[in-house]
Amino acid sequence: MTLEAAILEKNDRLAAENRAWLAGREVLAVNLVSSPGAGKTALLERTIRDLGGELSIAVIEGDQSTTRDAERIRNAGARSVQINTGAGCHLEADMVRAALRELRPEPGTLVMIENVGNLVCPAMFDLGEGARVAILSVAEGEDKPIKYPHMFRSCDLMIVTKTDLLPHVDFDLDTCLAHARSVNPDIATLALSSRSGEGLEGWYDWLRAQCANLSAAAFA
Amino acid sequence: MHELAITRNIVAIVAERAEGRAVRRVRLEVGALSGVVPEAIRFCFDVVARGTVLEGAELEIIDVPGRGRCRACGEDVALEGLIGRCACGSSALDIIAGEELKIKDMELDMATNVETA
Ligand SMILES: Nc1nc2c(ncn2[C@@H]2O[C@H](COP(=O)(O)OP(=O)(O)OP(=O)(O)O)[C@@H](O)[C@H]2O)c(=O)[nH]1
Ligand SMILES: [Mg+2]
Ligand SMILES: [Zn+2]
Repeated sequence: MTLEAAILEKNDRLAAENRAWLAGREVLAVNLVSSPGAGKTALLERTIRDLGGELSIAVIEGDQSTTRDAERIRNAGARSVQINTGAGCHLEADMVRAALRELRPEPGTLVMIENVGNLVCPAMFDLGEGARVAILSVAEGEDKPIKYPHMFRSCDLMIVTKTDLLPHVDFDLDTCLAHARSVNPDIATLALSSRSGEGLEGWYDWLRAQCANLSAAAFA
Repeated sequence: MHELAITRNIVAIVAERAEGRAVRRVRLEVGALSGVVPEAIRFCFDVVARGTVLEGAELEIIDVPGRGRCRACGEDVALEGLIGRCACGSSALDIIAGEELKIKDMELDMATNVETA
């Protein structure tokens, strides 16, 4: 019996539903992926503190266990919903769908989805996000884009973070950016430090531009 | 390991289409650039299939080679991984094959019910 069925058809369908749901509310969702400890939550905390007055930000936190990251986000001043995946190593569209229903973002909200720290599995699972962002810290080495090409291929933006540590590690930024472009010629890149604040304006401008694109699309 | 989640999807889709009939064989198409390791799916398959209509079914995986098209000169390039370079020197390639991840067909156990299309 011929099936010709996409193996991830269910996730892809739910992701498309999430995308339509978000577009209908003019909500931008950004899927943040990285290895564990790269600095996703730290960047979100800083972003909420710096942009909270300008943009309405809410966060969906994905971790295998604990609600620590969701609490960090609330302490930084934003609403958050924690998803615990248990044994699961990535978020899937159905989990995000449930979290969005719980979060009920107002129109114009920026919803940041912090995926489970993992550079392999989340690459395959569309969540319905408007943009996907990889975060790579300088402590991890400049070769990560070519070691985990599927993830970097699937992203719109790569952020090299913890640049305050550059004097202490062997990390050549230009080599890293070249590696990223070799797996994904369309990827945008930024370098910043959530600790020192260096480079954050570029990230905020990128977010502002994404939000502006979304509302322009809604009027088109 | 995302192959476990992927194998669960395979078993769920096939079991639904089998409508209660036992499945003898399942054929997948897995692209070389899909991000899925065929061996890992094989490893998960027997365990995930246990207790379903797929229990004991044979799993066949057809490998689909990767191909890219050069943005600079338009030539097609064979790709073993996501990183490749065209003979013209450019590494800006659009993937045109190798990302397949699908269930091609299945064979059911009751000969009378087996349709071949
Ligand atoms: N020096 C320096 N340290 C940072 C920076 N950003 C994050 N860190 C530190 O890196 C560690 C991990 O940061 P998190 O923000 O928790 O990382 P994460 O990616 O959210 O981690 P998981 O959710 O566990 O995957 C913490 O100790 C942070 O203080 C930075 O820009 N510079
Ligand atoms: Mg975190
Ligand atoms: Zn070429």
